[in-house]
Amino acid sequence: MSDTVQKIRAFIFDNFLFDADENALGNDDSFLDKGVIDSTGVLELVGWMEEAFAIQVDDMELTPENLDSVNKLAVFIQSKLKG
Amino acid sequence: MISPISHRGPDGYGFFLNGCAGLAHARLSIIDLEGGWQPIHNEDKTKWIVFNGEIFNYLELRPELERRGHRFYTDSDTEVILHLYEEKREKCLDDLNGQFAMAIYDSDKKEIFFARDRMGIRPFYYTFHKGCLYFASEIKSIFAVDPAMPRQINPEVLSEIFTFWMPGGDESIFNGIRQLRPGHWARIDHAGEFHEEEYWDIPFAGQEAMFPGQKGQAYCTEENYAEDLRELLIDAVRLRLRSDVPVGAYLSGGIDSSAITSLVRNFTDNPLKTFSVTFSDNVYDERSKQKAMVDYLQTDHHTVNCSYKKISDAFPEVVWHTETPILRTAPTPLFLLSELVNRHDYKVVLTGEGADELLGGYDIFKEAKIRAFIKKNPDSAFRPLLLKRLYPYLALSPTQSAEYAKKFFDTEAPVSDMFYAHRPRWKTTERTKAFLSEEVIERCNGSNPVEKICGRYQARLQGLDYFSRAQYLESKMLLANYLLSSQGDRMAMANSVEGRFPFLDHRVVEFACTIPSQYRMKVLNEKNILKKSMDGLLPEVIVERKKQPYMAPDIQSFFGDTVAEYIDYYLSEELLNEAGLFKRNAVSRLVAKCRKGVRQGFRENMAFVGILSTQIVYDKFIKNFKIDTPDNLKNVKIF
Repeated sequence: MSDTVQKIRAFIFDNFLFDADENALGNDDSFLDKGVIDSTGVLELVGWMEEAFAIQVDDMELTPENLDSVNKLAVFIQSKLKG
Repeated sequence: MISPISHRGPDGYGFFLNGCAGLAHARLSIIDLEGGWQPIHNEDKTKWIVFNGEIFNYLELRPELERRGHRFYTDSDTEVILHLYEEKREKCLDDLNGQFAMAIYDSDKKEIFFARDRMGIRPFYYTFHKGCLYFASEIKSIFAVDPAMPRQINPEVLSEIFTFWMPGGDESIFNGIRQLRPGHWARIDHAGEFHEEEYWDIPFAGQEAMFPGQKGQAYCTEENYAEDLRELLIDAVRLRLRSDVPVGAYLSGGIDSSAITSLVRNFTDNPLKTFSVTFSDNVYDERSKQKAMVDYLQTDHHTVNCSYKKISDAFPEVVWHTETPILRTAPTPLFLLSELVNRHDYKVVLTGEGADELLGGYDIFKEAKIRAFIKKNPDSAFRPLLLKRLYPYLALSPTQSAEYAKKFFDTEAPVSDMFYAHRPRWKTTERTKAFLSEEVIERCNGSNPVEKICGRYQARLQGLDYFSRAQYLESKMLLANYLLSSQGDRMAMANSVEGRFPFLDHRVVEFACTIPSQYRMKVLNEKNILKKSMDGLLPEVIVERKKQPYMAPDIQSFFGDTVAEYIDYYLSEELLNEAGLFKRNAVSRLVAKCRKGVRQGFRENMAFVGILSTQIVYDKFIKNFKIDTPDNLKNVKIF
C-alpha cells in the first residue's frame, strides 16, 4: 500500500504540482478543494493509473469517492488489483 | 519610431515637424492611392492628422462639410475626419462609422487630440517619457525613441494575463505603456493637462429596455429581429467593401465568416477571393466545412496548411508582433493566413469577428445557461449531462458524476453573481499562476486581478441579466484585448493586411444589444437570430453544424513533429533566472512533462505557451531589443 501511495504522490507532484514542496499535499487532502487537478487532469490521472497499474477504470467509477485524494486513489487501485 | 512599424504601412512614409510636435505615418494605401498621403492638414495648416484605419461612411459625411465651406485637397477618408473635427471637436466621433486610431495636432491651441474606435479594432499606445508624450500603433515604435526608456515587465499585468488571457485594463505588459481604451478619446492641452473621456460603450441594457423594445410589442418577433439584422449586415458589408484595392474574405468554416462571405457574394458585385487556415491535426481542421462554403458560393479559394512545425517555427515572430504574452498559439495560424493574403497581393479582408460575443455564440454563454439550469434542480442526475453535450471532449471525463460536475463548473454558485459566467474560466486559467516566481507575486503587492476586474465592471453590469452580463464582459475583455489585438490587428498587420469586421459596425452592435437575450440564444441554440437572418443564404451543413471554437494545437506544436530548438534558449535556466518571472524548477518539470509527449490538461497547455511567450517578450523587448533602422525609407514625404 505504501508503495502505491508513493507512486501516486510522485505522479501528482511531477505532473500537477511541479515545484511544490512535499508538505503542499497531505494524503487525505482533496484534489478538488486544493485545486490540484481540473477536468482534463482527471483524465490524465486515470490514463496514468490504467497504464501504471494495468487496470481498467469504468466510467461509473469516475467519482470523487474513488479519485479525490492520494489515500482514496490508493484504496481504489488496491481494490481494482484485487478484483 | 516609424521604421519598426513599417509592416503596418509599407507603401510610404510621411513626416510633419512643428516645434514641439512631430507626427509620422506609415501608409498602407487602400483609399485614394495617389492623394491620401499623411499627415493631412486643414485649409490653413493649423491642424494636422495622422490616422490608422478606415472611416467607411466618409462619402456620406463629405458633402455636408463641403456645403459648410470646407475645401478638400484629397479624396481620402482621413481629410473628412479633420474637417469634421474642426466643426464638432470630439463630437465628430459620434458620426464616424469605422475602425480607427487617430491623433490631431492643433498648432493654434497647442493641443493634441487622440481617439480610438468604439470596439478597439485599431490599437493606440502611449507613454510619457522625460516630459514628452509618445504615442504609436505598436509599443516597439515607442521603445525605439530612446534606448534609455525603461523597458520592464509589469508584474500585475503579467498576473492579469495569467488569469484572463489578456491585460484586464488599459495597462500593457510593460510598465508605463498604456493603451487608449476602445470608445475613448483624450486630449493634452497647452499646459500639458491630460484629459480622457469615454464617448461610447457597448449598450447592453436590462430586459425592460429590450423587450418589448422601442418599436413596441408587435415588432418583437424573432422574424423581425432577423430581418432587420440581415438588412444592417448587408449595409455593413457594403460599406466595408469601399476600397480602391480588391477586398477578400476569411472563411473559417464557421457560420460567422460564412455569413459575411455569403452577403458579399449575394448582395454586392465584389469579385470574391477567400482565404482559410487548415490544420494537419484533424482535431482542429475544418476544411470540409470550408469546402462546403466554397462549393456553395464558388469563390476563388486559397488555403494555408498549419502543421505543428509551421506553428512553432512562426511563434517567436508572432510574439514580436503581439507584444504581449499569450496563453494560446491560436494567433499563429492567423499570422500565416495573412502571409498568404499578402502573397496574393491582397491588402484587405473581411472577417466574422464579433458575432460570437454580440449575437450569443460562445460556449461560455451556453455553459452559464446550463449551470443556471442545474442550479434550479441540483439533485437532478440528468441535468449535468448537458455539460457533456456542450463539451464533447468531456465525453470520457467525470462529468457524469454530479459531484465532479458541481465542482468543475461551480453549479452551486449564485446566478446573481455579476461575474457568474466567467468565474469558472478565470479559476481554471489562474491555476497557471502557480508558475509565477515569488518575486512577481511580491511585486503584485497583494493585487488580485479578479477583484480588480470586479471593481471595474460591477456598477456597469447592474441591471443586466446574466446572459447579457457575460456578453458585455466577453466583448470588453476577450474581444477587445485579445481577439482584436493579439489575434486580429497584430496578426493581419504583421503582413500588411487590414481586417474589416461587419459584425462590429456600431449599428449592428447597437441593434444586437436590443435583441432579447432569450432570442439571441434560444434554449441552447447559439446565434439563433443570426441563423434566422441568413435563411436561404447558407448551406444547411453550415447552419446545422455544431459550433467548433477556433483553436490551434498548443504544447503539441512545440513537441509534436520535432522539438523546437529555441525552447532550450528561451526556457533555459539562465534566461529564466535573468528574467526572474517564473519558478525555474517548476518550468523545468513542465518542460520535462511536455517532452514525454503525454496528453496535457488545459492548465499545462496555457502555462507552457504563456511562459514561453513571456520569455520571448522578455528576450525580444527587454534583453535584446533591437530595431533594424533602414538607411533610407522609400517613398518619403516631409510636410
